[in-house]
Amino acid sequence: MEQSWKQAKGVFAAALGAPLVWLVLFFLVPLAIVWAYSFGHNEGLTQIAITGTFKNYARAIEPLYLKIFLKSAGVAALTTGLCLVIGFPVALAITFASQKAKAWLLLLIMLPFWTNLLIRTYALIAVLRNEGYINKGLEWLWNLADKVTPLAPFQPLEMMHTNFAVIVGLVYVHLPFMVLPLYSALDRLDKSLLEASLDLGAGHMRTLFKVVVPLALPGIASGVLITFIPALGAYLTPDLLGGPDSQMIANVIERQFKRANDWPFGAALSFLLMYLTFVAIAVQAVVGRKKGVRA
Amino acid sequence: MSTNRIPSGRVLGTRRSLLTAMGAAAIGISFTACGEKPKAPAGGAEEPKLNFYNWDTYIGETTLGDFKKASGVDVNMSLFATNDELFAKLKAGNAGYDVIVPSNEFVTRMGQAGMLEALDHSKIPNVKNVDPTFLNPDYDPGRRFSMPYTWLVLGIGYRKSKVKGVPDSWKWLFDSDQYKGRIALLSESADLIRLAAKYKGHSVNNIPPELVKEIEQMLIKQKPYVKAFHDDNGQDMLVAGDVDLVLEYNGDIAQVMKDDPDLGFVVPKEGSLINSDTLCIPKGAPRPDNAHKFINYLLDAQAGAEISKTILYPTPNAAAKALMPASYRDNPVIFPAADIMSKCEYGAFEGAEKASLYEEVITRVRAA
Repeated sequence: MEQSWKQAKGVFAAALGAPLVWLVLFFLVPLAIVWAYSFGHNEGLTQIAITGTFKNYARAIEPLYLKIFLKSAGVAALTTGLCLVIGFPVALAITFASQKAKAWLLLLIMLPFWTNLLIRTYALIAVLRNEGYINKGLEWLWNLADKVTPLAPFQPLEMMHTNFAVIVGLVYVHLPFMVLPLYSALDRLDKSLLEASLDLGAGHMRTLFKVVVPLALPGIASGVLITFIPALGAYLTPDLLGGPDSQMIANVIERQFKRANDWPFGAALSFLLMYLTFVAIAVQAVVGRKKGVRA
Repeated sequence: MSTNRIPSGRVLGTRRSLLTAMGAAAIGISFTACGEKPKAPAGGAEEPKLNFYNWDTYIGETTLGDFKKASGVDVNMSLFATNDELFAKLKAGNAGYDVIVPSNEFVTRMGQAGMLEALDHSKIPNVKNVDPTFLNPDYDPGRRFSMPYTWLVLGIGYRKSKVKGVPDSWKWLFDSDQYKGRIALLSESADLIRLAAKYKGHSVNNIPPELVKEIEQMLIKQKPYVKAFHDDNGQDMLVAGDVDLVLEYNGDIAQVMKDDPDLGFVVPKEGSLINSDTLCIPKGAPRPDNAHKFINYLLDAQAGAEISKTILYPTPNAAAKALMPASYRDNPVIFPAADIMSKCEYGAFEGAEKASLYEEVITRVRAA
């Protein structure tokens, strides 16, 4: 029988105590300090005076920074969309794989996580650059074709330092964030519903879009959310793979904290980003609740 | 948000490495100089120890061991990757560092913020080895807080076979579509604006607001022709053939030129920005005596030559330079001609607002 936590207060407190202390000490307190900074200004070179000013926020919503916020949201949305389109078939395939293959496939999805993000990004540079593996491969094919019919000299595809490279990098990095929640949603799906749908004359595509997708909606929503949020705050990928046009809001924030030494303004930008994240979570909750009502 | 540190800021040449970028610097790898047991304890009441906070691969191979042999002081070296990191770390109070290596602008900044200890010149007799032109810089008049360790100058690294003649003007980077899509600029806001001002015939300091506006317009116009803003890995992009012209430091290009004779480096005729890394004692250093001893040792001719041999950066130490082979002394990339160098200036620290303003200008350029 289920026991109310009220009957075991001691155990409950002991279990919750450590994580709670951790959370307050290392998450809430530092966050509160940064939040306080966002209402302050630099005084001298090393001090920040917290004056309750909204000047930093006023500056943060100037068109210049709003545009960068919007652009970052656009990049994150595109990344999330691509992850969904690529990740859904992958998750579906894993769901229908044999038990043994499933474990291996999941391992393959998670394997890149065990490598440092920076290393993975440098690896992508080696793949995408003008003298990189893709262009080397294309050049080889081109020269092969050249032997058959004479062609113009090979021109490498310019992939590095473009927005295209940023999107490739973001999709590559965030794909597991999408596949795993999708998989857990699809795996719980009652397979007999699919059989019923197919038996009753719906084609595969129709079954997919009328049965599988609606049932997997909570999984899709959480996948979208946990892909979108880190993609919105990405800064390593645009920094290393991007070109002159690829700056995202996190790059701007980083520069405020480091080179510009303007912590209050950087804090205000960070918190704006965080408020956006709360909005995204709220939207997801609403979607989730709607789904709950229907179910 | 990603929690990874990125290799950014002015992380120079050999000082820059994947290792530092990955946060090894933050963790603080420590090297303890290994050598024989000290014969005598260090002078005074100080324990024979020293905490040295340095850039990555920015010391001679045997320097720390040699110093221990000479003085009995054990040097514990930790690494930082950017001046911003150094500043941020010491801003909160000195955690026990005795000697640090900030760049010129940060010497002013940290001096103004009261983060540096004044040096006692009577304890640093080897200052006699330093080239006199380095003894009274604007960023630290009279060398009150700092001793010069290395210097560097920004210029254009280029691939000879892909560039017409010698690109000896900033025009090719800032104001021309001739090398469209084959240019990489350093992503340092202040450096970009200052060099653009130099191109416009102004000093790198005290740039008037109208000129800043003009520079912003010029850079926005130039942006479509720029392939990337790099994090001081311009020499790698040049070597890999991603671009044919990069804004980089002389030391970085000198290193890759050894392996690729098709590369060149020029300090443009309009003049450029010089930087200098310096040895300083942070406020509250626990062992100031050892710190002075160590700084004095690094300025020694032999020790200085040993360092230059490893790191290949230009040295302000005239006595050490004299001990180096001609391939280093007469290298026009490491030591550009005097008439060009006379047109180069140090970028002065002009207050936090200015830094913020330059940052915003470049943010606007990149968002445009």
